[in-house]
Amino acid sequence: MNNSVTGDPNIISKTNSRQFGFLALWTLLTFTFLNLPIAVLIFMSFNRSKILALPFKGFTLDWYNIAFKDAALQISLLNSLQVASVATLLSTFFGLFASFAIYRYSFFGKNVFRIALNLPILLPGIVTGVALLAYFSDLGFGLSLWTVILGHAMFGLPVALSPILTRLTQFPRSLEEAAYDLGAKPAQVFTTVLFPYIRSAVIAGALLAFTLSFDEVVVTIFLTGRDNTLPIEIWGRLRTNITPEIAAIATLILATSTIIVLFSQWLNRESEA
Amino acid sequence: MQENSVVYLDQVSKVYGSGASPVYAVKNVTLEVQPGEFFSLLGSSGSGKTTTLRLIAGFEMPDAGQVRIAGEVVTTQPPHQRDVHTVFQNYALFPHLTVSQNIAYPLAIAKVSKVEIAARIQESLRMFQIEQLGDRRPSQLSGGQQQRVALARALINRPKVLLLDEPLSALDAKIREEVRQELRDLQRQTNLTFIYVTHDQEEALSLSDRIAVMHNGQIEQIGTPQDIYQAPTSLFVAQFIGKANFLSGSVARVLSEFIQIDIDGNLIQAQVPGFQVVAGDRVTVMIRPEHMQINPCATPDNQIVGKLNAMTYMGQLFESSLETPLGNLRVIQLGQPIADSTSRYPAVTLGWQTKDCILLPA
Repeated sequence: MNNSVTGDPNIISKTNSRQFGFLALWTLLTFTFLNLPIAVLIFMSFNRSKILALPFKGFTLDWYNIAFKDAALQISLLNSLQVASVATLLSTFFGLFASFAIYRYSFFGKNVFRIALNLPILLPGIVTGVALLAYFSDLGFGLSLWTVILGHAMFGLPVALSPILTRLTQFPRSLEEAAYDLGAKPAQVFTTVLFPYIRSAVIAGALLAFTLSFDEVVVTIFLTGRDNTLPIEIWGRLRTNITPEIAAIATLILATSTIIVLFSQWLNRESEA
Repeated sequence: MQENSVVYLDQVSKVYGSGASPVYAVKNVTLEVQPGEFFSLLGSSGSGKTTTLRLIAGFEMPDAGQVRIAGEVVTTQPPHQRDVHTVFQNYALFPHLTVSQNIAYPLAIAKVSKVEIAARIQESLRMFQIEQLGDRRPSQLSGGQQQRVALARALINRPKVLLLDEPLSALDAKIREEVRQELRDLQRQTNLTFIYVTHDQEEALSLSDRIAVMHNGQIEQIGTPQDIYQAPTSLFVAQFIGKANFLSGSVARVLSEFIQIDIDGNLIQAQVPGFQVVAGDRVTVMIRPEHMQINPCATPDNQIVGKLNAMTYMGQLFESSLETPLGNLRVIQLGQPIADSTSRYPAVTLGWQTKDCILLPA
């Protein structure tokens, strides 16, 4: 059946409107159920009330003001940014190399290699956290932001690797041959033809790795010393003092993460085409 | 090997697979291309023509033999060191660059000055009549336009040889003939050496100065289009190019002007072949359908009486099928058919000349 609006033969046309109406309603209810808690939280962050509860006492930006002036929060935010940045650099750098190894070469143990690379995101965070903790203490490393960075880089690697590898497999070999044929040396082929083709995927992968690192709690708890990342700081406060300030911070993080993920999706749109 | 040949392949082989049964993509290929020649590699898929081209370009290294370009041994040199450029079947235009940037790519890689690049791009756009396309992306071009950009890009720094891998196969049938003529004109104008790979014999015959017919990784015959068509040296080439009648017989007498062949008791005169024959040898006789005449006016060297059993009217030509003591023969003639139906002229005389009766090894 052809949908006359889009012409896409995979889309079912709305011939049976009663069925369609029921489907639409059900979808709406599901989405609401999933997103209502988040919506409430955002709502609460603007609530002129000293506790994180209804009734709605008026619109205010006070909680956002307090959040911005909180020193401990600022330090932990800085920590989070530092950790995420370095971890992302490591993940993307090694992810790029790993993707080339998989794409270009066939070597002994290649399948095991691929599975091993993906393990950190398949396994529960606790497993990764405990394993790394034991490993670092065996080596005599003290816990600090650097151990957190290494932990984040571990699961960041497969996250960055995935879009890069997908894009690489779409790369037409003839483009590379054409570049060589026209006189480009191997390094020039990489910078002038190959990298421009995969650049959007590299950035998308990096952004995803950054977002995951920024929001990560489980592995971080195991591996951090005295320094807190932002999620850890918030988590600590929730156990003692629940204020609407927390709601404001959460809303800000939500907004930033959403923008980053959407941007990453937009960059990768040509892979979908 | 001639002194100034621009491409020389000497007993080149390329093998795939290992162990007991290796597969030869290219086997003992020897060929020479002269400067300014339009040279074609003709064969069906799997004949080794594309592999041969890739060996010249440098995308593959041979397992045996030597590759020379302009006298220099380049067998193990990678493509970026060879002064040879390729036009790929799918054009391989860089999607993230504009048309102008694509064409300028070889110059940019060679670090030519921006001023000179700009001037040469302009010249190139004009030569290929694509001035208005300079700022477009490849995805916005038609197939014909993409091909011109690919040609412009490959020719901008005047390589010694241009390799073309079935460049017309991706185009619509309608514009194929037009583009074919443009390619020939381009080659004549620039006087560059073109090596052209195709499976289409009409393309090869109409474009080339010389053709190498390939089959199963080996060269069957190298010659001018006339040589290949009029004087094929093997049964494969004779069967591959054009249409022909093939008859089996044995040598009756060997004379200086012609060879007498016995086909089922009928004696015919065939042209003296390029290979040795003695009486008693089995041979295949080839006669092109257009060299035969029905009810010929003057007395031909060979004639036989046959019965017309089918006629196909093709507008410009008509093809007749006749039953003769030599077997079923096909004739193609220009103009109007001699009869409306086969029953009105049941017995006709078929004639042809000695020079059109070609002998091939059995």
